Amino acid sequence: MGCGATKSNELQAALLIQRWYRQYVARLEMRRRCTWHIFQSIEYAGEQDQIKLYNFFGYLMDHFTPANSERNLISHIFRENEICRDIEWERYFCYKNIEVPELYSGPHLSFPLTVSNVADLVEAFKNKQQLHTRYVLQLLLESWKLLRMLPNINQVSTCQTKEITICGDLHGHLEDLLLVFYKNGMPSVEKSYVFNGDFVDRGKDSIEILLILFAFMLLYPNNVHLNRGNHEDYIVNLRYGFTKEVLGKYRLHGKKILKLLQKIFSWLPLATVIDQKVLILHGGISDTTDLNIIAQADRHKVKSTSFLLIVDMLWSDPMPQDGCIPNEVRGGGCYWGPDVTEKVLRRHNLQLLIRSHECKQEGYEFCHNRKVLTIFSASNYYEVGSNRGAYIRLGPDLVPHFIQYQANRSTRELTLRQSVGETERSALRALREQLFAHKSDLLYAFQDYDTDNTGWISLKHWATAVEAVLRLGLPWRVLRSQLVTTTQDGMLDYQGWLRELPITEPKTESLLETMYKQRSNLETIFRIIDSDHSGLISFEEFRQTWKLLSSHLKMEISDEAILDMAVSIDFNKDGSIDINEFMEAFRLVDRTMNLPSEPNHTKTDE
Amino acid sequence: MEEENKEAVISEIHRRIAEAFNVFDNESSKSVDVREVGTIIRSLGCFPSEAELHEMIAEVEEEEPTGYIRFEKFLPAMTKVLMERKFRPIPKDVLIQAFEVLDQEKKGYLEAEELKKYMTQEGEPFSQDEVEEMLSAALDNKENVIFYKDLVSKMTFEDL
Repeated sequence: MGCGATKSNELQAALLIQRWYRQYVARLEMRRRCTWHIFQSIEYAGEQDQIKLYNFFGYLMDHFTPANSERNLISHIFRENEICRDIEWERYFCYKNIEVPELYSGPHLSFPLTVSNVADLVEAFKNKQQLHTRYVLQLLLESWKLLRMLPNINQVSTCQTKEITICGDLHGHLEDLLLVFYKNGMPSVEKSYVFNGDFVDRGKDSIEILLILFAFMLLYPNNVHLNRGNHEDYIVNLRYGFTKEVLGKYRLHGKKILKLLQKIFSWLPLATVIDQKVLILHGGISDTTDLNIIAQADRHKVKSTSFLLIVDMLWSDPMPQDGCIPNEVRGGGCYWGPDVTEKVLRRHNLQLLIRSHECKQEGYEFCHNRKVLTIFSASNYYEVGSNRGAYIRLGPDLVPHFIQYQANRSTRELTLRQSVGETERSALRALREQLFAHKSDLLYAFQDYDTDNTGWISLKHWATAVEAVLRLGLPWRVLRSQLVTTTQDGMLDYQGWLRELPITEPKTESLLETMYKQRSNLETIFRIIDSDHSGLISFEEFRQTWKLLSSHLKMEISDEAILDMAVSIDFNKDGSIDINEFMEAFRLVDRTMNLPSEPNHTKTDE
Repeated sequence: MEEENKEAVISEIHRRIAEAFNVFDNESSKSVDVREVGTIIRSLGCFPSEAELHEMIAEVEEEEPTGYIRFEKFLPAMTKVLMERKFRPIPKDVLIQAFEVLDQEKKGYLEAEELKKYMTQEGEPFSQDEVEEMLSAALDNKENVIFYKDLVSKMTFEDL
């Protein structure tokens, strides 16, 4: 029993274990990165759909004629979008008749707001209380009055306020905003903030975030600056959850609140410039960006002459190559390169562009030779554990300092393996939904490779076919083992695999698939039609909607097929379609928005 | 026929390597941070030691190291690795034997401190972070020890 021999055995054993474990960690890291890519590409593809929806509405506006039988539906859709004169708006939003009952235990606000009002508000939201409608309307009205007076581009100077804190997308993540306030201090005369858009949608506390930001803005108008994001837009809100949230929390007056917000969003400034050197805006720039032109625009008008310039500011993304090309992935704005950054910065004598709009794993990221900085403040954006949030502190030297964080303490305690697992499951589920939505196209693609009609194709061909159909730019060979579990000798029974993709077997397959693909658009349109927000639409409305959408998509759908579908979806056979039931048919009801119905409970904060 | 097959195999290998590489190439710049190369190589099914990894990196680095590895140089080197089946996986039973060597008393498990000592003092030592991460994944919560046979089963992926 030589000591030497044992020692060398131990060494060998340790080496082996280390070698194995490092490989395991690397595999996990790869999976984590892929998961990230999955979420990102699906998110952007969704935004592309969103812009298509805009185009659809544009198409509707341009094409309807009095003789058109869908006229009622269209005017129904657009009645809500009529622009009234300001006096009418003030009357419509009069809060004075709304009484605050004695039972109400939430915060009381007085105007003009005081520091303790706002502190109470933050505290109340921390304790999950809700602000009464009366105060909401009052607060929003005051905010609107202020915003109307602001220029398109806020000019801020560090000599007044020394240090400025800049936050990116918050997306309804109240926890993150509270975390930022906790770490950095709340806004005050000594502590200036710039909030760079996308305050709402996706997270569950969007209205609370808005109310807090507006309250601070009213309290410290020279120190709190809000930039508009692409999600400060009522049509985007219909799709991404803000509308649902407000209607759920304010059942009586939610509609009014949303209408007021529609107006307010259009009045949000488009950018902030610090010391005439640092430009902050939500999306980005394009080669035609000219701040002088933008400064002159009527930002609140839906079709202002600078409409496209404004879309660029809110929707664009940077790219590594030189040039400026349309942003096909998002469907709006552009991709701009380092040469465009140079050009625009030089044109206006600027030294740095700070923007948000894209989720970053570390909460922030530089690009274009550190001339462009992305800041994102919603941690765990895609899923618990997916990313950190961050904010920037900028002093008179204009050198950005970053502070990162991650809400939800338990995620930090999860092992790498566990947090990858959660997020990955979610991503793969979303990916399978995408695959299902393209079932027919995938079948055709697979059959193309299966020239002998054996029912089997190689995994190599599977990967190529899937990318050709889905065009998400994902590493399919890396993901393969997660998506394809039964293979024989490197070959796949593709029909079996397609059948295994989850979700119920449809009767009229291609119609349902298309509906499934268009489900977000459909839901958005349904909610617009459902103007009394009852959650129900009639068969006829359903049929007309689908017809309109399918003609826009250049598809052939027979009336019978639609009616059959409608009947089968009418689960309680009362001649109307419950939107939620409809979406449930695709298992898409947002689980996080399961608001309890309280028929016997007197709501005191309405 | 042989030639055609070989070409097809190589082109598929190229695509696999490109996919893995692109996952870490955030800016589509056809290069990745040198610190990610180990992850890429391992994710393709290889089990290099740290020393072997450094050798490979030295091969694919620029003459004057920039901190980035270009795809152009990475692809041929990685193709060779895969074609020659270098850095083969460690069979389960060999791995378990390795644990058994460390488990001198043949208890069937290792104490946290035992494993920590070996991993940070022997072989190609783990950093503090690495060993903490390993322990948090490996430790059986109730007994507070590492049942290595279970661990090996839990953490073995299917070969690509």
